[in-house]
Amino acid sequence: MPYADSDPAAALAATSAAPFAIKILIAGGFGVGKTTLVGSVSEVRPLRTEEDLSEPGSGVDALDGVERKTTTTVAMDFGRITINDDLVVYLFGTPGQKRFWFMWDELAYGALGAVVMADTRRLADCFPSIDYFERAGMPFVVAVNCFDDARRYPLPTMRAALNLTDDIPLLLCDARQRSSSRDVLVALVEHALARLSAGQQVTPAR
Amino acid sequence: MNARRSGRQVPESGPVVRPYALIAGRTRPSGQAIDLIASVCAVRGASAPDFDCEPEHLRLLRMCRVPASVADLAAGLDLPLGVVRVLIADLRDHGLVTVTGPATAGLSDGRILKEVADALRRL
Repeated sequence: MPYADSDPAAALAATSAAPFAIKILIAGGFGVGKTTLVGSVSEVRPLRTEEDLSEPGSGVDALDGVERKTTTTVAMDFGRITINDDLVVYLFGTPGQKRFWFMWDELAYGALGAVVMADTRRLADCFPSIDYFERAGMPFVVAVNCFDDARRYPLPTMRAALNLTDDIPLLLCDARQRSSSRDVLVALVEHALARLSAGQQVTPAR
Repeated sequence: MNARRSGRQVPESGPVVRPYALIAGRTRPSGQAIDLIASVCAVRGASAPDFDCEPEHLRLLRMCRVPASVADLAAGLDLPLGVVRVLIADLRDHGLVTVTGPATAGLSDGRILKEVADALRRL
């Protein structure tokens, strides 16, 4: 028998059931602060996925000299917050470009919701993410990461620029600050809870 | 004409053993789909693998003596998710691990969401 009873890990395996797992996606454009946000509230590790090069990627991914390359490695930021023995929150920072949508369908399945991060200097970068979660009917909040050198705008102005309806929470954050990132996550869970109370579907169908 | 003869730069080719060599070119795990946050747990008292396994199978088996998520295992092994899924399915096929969940029903349980919100507030 490979696992003797004296092995504490094996003994634990026999007693502890799998914890309940919550999945939250952190989306947004390149360089918007997804890694920083995941890293400020959890230990962040890279998670590699090797995926087929999809049609939308052709013309974007330079394949000169590697025409036979049919897969590409995509790295996601992956963080875990252990709430207690029975409850774990997983954060996945996902590439926001439309050409990575093939990954999103799987990521979105069974997710509690998403945080879409935005940068006022490149607001349009978050539009594909907003489109995606709106279409998927998944709860999401928009967090504007306040970079030191970025211009500040009033929230109503940003809401109008993002074409967000009033029911979608929009907040400012500083992804470097643990408390600020935490507040964003709390806002998302509360939003999901509010939608649940209102009888709206939370989990999108695959 | 190959890239070298045409004088173009040969691109960086990645690890010497390509990840998919580990799993003999298979890209889909056998059996039921394995979710990113499904929990994998070694079956207690199961006999040692009796199939032609790779060192990564054994590492995986050791890592999931306590339940671990697929994402945690992939990050821990530093292998692509797709590869780790195939390895897990091999172990499952041989009755060495169980794969459970994730339980998505909790997402429609207000009490669980409240518990998550309260716990996050304490971070």
